[in-house]
Amino acid sequence: MTETKVKENEIVVPGEEIVSGMGYLPAYGTYRDGEMIRANKLGIVHVDGRAIKLVPLSGNYLPKRGDVMIGKVIDVTYSGWIVDTNSAYRAMLGLKEATSDFIRKGADLTKYFNFGDYLVAKILNVTSQNLIDLTMDGPGLRKLDTGRIIRVNPNKVPRIIGKEGSMVSMIKAETNCRITVGQNGVIWVSGNPKEELIAVSMIRKIERESHISGLTERIKAEIENAKKGESQ
Amino acid sequence: MTSSKRLDGRGFEETREIEAKIGIVKRADGSAMFRMGKTVAYAAVYGPRDLYPKFLQNPEKGIMRCNYNMMPFSGQGERVRPGPSRRSREIGMVTEKALSSVVNLDEFKNAVVDVFIEFPQTDAGSRCTGICAAALALADAGITMKDLVAAVAVGKVGDRLAVDLSYEEEALKDPDTTDIPMAFVPSTGEIVLLQMDGIISKDELMEAIELGKNACKKLNEIQVAALKKKFEVDKNE
Repeated sequence: MTETKVKENEIVVPGEEIVSGMGYLPAYGTYRDGEMIRANKLGIVHVDGRAIKLVPLSGNYLPKRGDVMIGKVIDVTYSGWIVDTNSAYRAMLGLKEATSDFIRKGADLTKYFNFGDYLVAKILNVTSQNLIDLTMDGPGLRKLDTGRIIRVNPNKVPRIIGKEGSMVSMIKAETNCRITVGQNGVIWVSGNPKEELIAVSMIRKIERESHISGLTERIKAEIENAKKGESQ
Repeated sequence: MTSSKRLDGRGFEETREIEAKIGIVKRADGSAMFRMGKTVAYAAVYGPRDLYPKFLQNPEKGIMRCNYNMMPFSGQGERVRPGPSRRSREIGMVTEKALSSVVNLDEFKNAVVDVFIEFPQTDAGSRCTGICAAALALADAGITMKDLVAAVAVGKVGDRLAVDLSYEEEALKDPDTTDIPMAFVPSTGEIVLLQMDGIISKDELMEAIELGKNACKKLNEIQVAALKKKFEVDKNE
């Protein structure tokens, strides 16, 4: 006999019983304890077919294969660059993955990426020890020049991007800014300085209010307001 | 001392007034305040983050560091000497042991989670209050943990067992009060901290553990309610 103790979209805390019985399978953020499935994170319950999973509400970024993230170059080595990922682990960007140019032995690698440069890069692989390999080979992966970098809670990134990018493309269109959202919670915004500010404040608003329904409409109205206030 | 009530008028199985709040240190990854009577603990959690110096890193599992600190003005009027002491090192260590039995350290190999527990005011039972606060702060930081931890001190005051001792009870002489701080994992009933200062018979110890377990169930309910409240408040904003 399987009985769910918690409804979908409800908040659970570590150790809380979500299901009793063997009818469901524990997925991300949950574990099996005898006949029960319990939460092992603070999050919101989602039932996905027979799997019970949690959408976490807080926590640092954990690197995942295939994620596009924004990182900062913190070291240059013989064979590539070390990149800060806004998580507990630093990533390695190898020469071969960084550029298709021919690089002579002993060449000055800072010509390509220098200390402090921000990069949009994709995570090629993450090992069990959380060693991270990056690549710059892919659409939209590049070095960032002008603009501003902000950091948000990585768990809110899906809401900032929206369904199929709807939220971020709306902000882009309304503020004429170029925006890149990294899965690690680092966001790059570039445009006219005043519009940049509007975009940043909208992203902050989404971060704060992501769980309240009707978010897209409210953000749209808010941008209109901000733009009007500016033109007066 | 044979009476039907305790010095502060509580029943023998009653804890002091409990209060819990989540997310009080905005810059931390997770934080919590836990108050038991006049003992107040603030816990802030940072990480998982990079661990340096590098020789401290452990490639097989993550590391958790707990720092227990009583503020200079937190005691019974006497100034508490600031900085680390033998006592605070020990309590930090037992807190760490108690919490590492629920936290999944495999998830952040080579990295560290730092837990800072500060006491602006103390009145007995500070390690227990600290553990309750730290468990909440870890959950708020989104750390993977199989359960929370709740802790309470049970003692033998005069000839009776009492839950959650106050400073007056703990300081009683002739006979000396026996003080037993203990911590439990609520879902399994597993004991993750058990210390004792004083003398007690085996039967009484077993009874004390049972009393502590029941008190911790109530503490756990308060912890769960506090965690949920933080995010429900967010929802209704």
